Amino acid sequence: MKMRIFVPRDAGAIAVGADEVVAALEQAAAKRDLPIQIIRTGSRGLYWLEPMVEVATVKGRVAYGPVSPADVPSVFEAMASNGPHALRLGLADEIPWLKRQTRLTFARCGVIDPRSVDDYRAHGGYKGLERALSLTPQAILADVTASGLRGRGGAGFPTGIKWKTVADASASRKYIVCNADEGDSGTFADRMIMEGDPFVVIEGMTIAAITVGATKGYIYIRSEYPHAVEAMNAAIAAANRAGFLGTRIGGSAHSFDLEVRVGAGAYVCGEETSLLESLEGRRGLVRAKPPLPAHKGLFGKPTVINNVLSYAAIPFILDNGAKAYADFGMGRSRGTMPIQLAGNIKFGGLFETAFGVTLGELIDDIGGGTFTGRPVRAVQVGGPLGAYFPRALFDTPFDYEAFAARDGLIGHGGIVVFDDTVDMAKQARFAMEFCAIESCGKCTPCRIGSTRGVETIDKIRSGERVAENLAVVEDLCNTMKFGSLCALGGFTPYPVMSALKHFKQDFGPAPTRLQAAE
Amino acid sequence: MSPLYEPWDEKRGAEIIAENSKHEGPTLVILHALQEAFGYVPEPAIPMVATALNLSRAEIYGVFTFYHDFRKQPAGRHVLKLCRAEACQAAGGDALAARAEKKLGIAIGNTTADESVTFEPIYCLGLCATAPSAMLDGRLVGRLDEKRLDALVAEAQR
Repeated sequence: MKMRIFVPRDAGAIAVGADEVVAALEQAAAKRDLPIQIIRTGSRGLYWLEPMVEVATVKGRVAYGPVSPADVPSVFEAMASNGPHALRLGLADEIPWLKRQTRLTFARCGVIDPRSVDDYRAHGGYKGLERALSLTPQAILADVTASGLRGRGGAGFPTGIKWKTVADASASRKYIVCNADEGDSGTFADRMIMEGDPFVVIEGMTIAAITVGATKGYIYIRSEYPHAVEAMNAAIAAANRAGFLGTRIGGSAHSFDLEVRVGAGAYVCGEETSLLESLEGRRGLVRAKPPLPAHKGLFGKPTVINNVLSYAAIPFILDNGAKAYADFGMGRSRGTMPIQLAGNIKFGGLFETAFGVTLGELIDDIGGGTFTGRPVRAVQVGGPLGAYFPRALFDTPFDYEAFAARDGLIGHGGIVVFDDTVDMAKQARFAMEFCAIESCGKCTPCRIGSTRGVETIDKIRSGERVAENLAVVEDLCNTMKFGSLCALGGFTPYPVMSALKHFKQDFGPAPTRLQAAE
Repeated sequence: MSPLYEPWDEKRGAEIIAENSKHEGPTLVILHALQEAFGYVPEPAIPMVATALNLSRAEIYGVFTFYHDFRKQPAGRHVLKLCRAEACQAAGGDALAARAEKKLGIAIGNTTADESVTFEPIYCLGLCATAPSAMLDGRLVGRLDEKRLDALVAEAQR
């Protein structure tokens, strides 16, 4: 019998040598004359262990990691003989970091072959669609609404209400759009699921389509994600062949076509109206709302636009019922959130868990602190537009409202950890600089405020009239927060103001700052 | 392994534009296809796209200049993109960027005088748990340290 070996095709695993490991495995197998089958999966999300290689045994899949090409000969021996090895991690499913998660959305990621519809179905895939096809649109809407699912892109708008608005609109044509423009630093959950379990995204979008009566969908993926683009295209082709996309889906009367569109390096296109403009072939200028995309979206037609993770949560909800999902979480944040631990962190990766876990548990306990071994000084939650939190706020539970109450946001669930060498005035400056680089230019507070922000923070850092200039920064932030059209200008004040509020000692002329640090 | 591009040719450009005009909202699709063929978006192609889509030249030029990806001129033989976003900053990316600038003798965002390397910032490759990260001609590299970066720069310079 062939030995079945699993190696991720995930971009994060490839970046640390997964392809070279595959080549070395093939070589080792040829040398031993042992027949092997290598299955390229997604990543389980334990990135400090990547490349993580698994081998099928009678007891389950046994994992090894992190495996370098040089480790392969001995790892291969251990796999073939089921013997001990320093990199042997035991049964993959039993790895504590994985076991303590609640994987609803990411249940199959890293497990299945992301190019095989059969493998997806063998692991419970398309059961949600099957049930959806037996329900009326009203019943599906009731389920999605009752699940409490809120938009996972960051805004947290109730998905059921959005879908109902589009379902109730009458139009000759409606669209389903998936926002896969995951530009926030510290986030990679969209990329992982597209590369590791693309069918769950397709299934979620298909359920949305039959619910609201749409026949065409687009997945807008950023150009920085070539592996995700390839994986989604391959999965769409496979779903078409298997009759899960195209005409008469699953033998029903519904038709749904899906197409991948690739962005072109504009962060602002992650804002939904800017994304729609870009899909239409224009500059990614933000649209004023109203009208909402649900009424007038892509090409002026009613459009459901949701984040990758929102669609990916849908099949579980339809398959297992709204209650099964809503039973997880706290307050108005129901279900699970795929949290991404990144930056200077020992155990970085994807940790899907029910809302309510505290920031401290995530950073210290699950994340293991910094990989540099230095104390954690600040964490940025929710991407470049998210607030910096000091250790004093580590008791904040992961929940939309709890973060908002402390002038922060959970955004797309990314957490970037910084150690005590971080200069928070520099980070505040970067937030303004990034906004200036990426501003679409449509509204003045964002376009000009960000540039003035960089200049003013530079003055503060060089010790020029610090108190007055700090007041200017605060004033600029207020103007941007309340006067910008979208979240780019509107939320850039979060990192800036939080850095000012919690790390004020960093704002001043450089010499003072250095003395203060000593 | 730098990708080989075709030299600009009006007839070939017209073909690419025609092939990709059938999509809904095709402008970005066309610009991507042109850049994939020629390595940049040649200026004479802009009015051709405008004519094909019955849009103004200004509209197409506006789209072309809005997006960071589209190039006005060919890049160097190798393109090294270093992530400059927060997660990579937290993992020591600033020092690596400075090191690469010194080794290449250019500031980030430029091409070396011998046109061998274009060194660009990129804002997030989604490899934030294996930071700092870079991309050399489409190949991803994570867990960068000085040694791995030096090897990458040397490879780009070859």
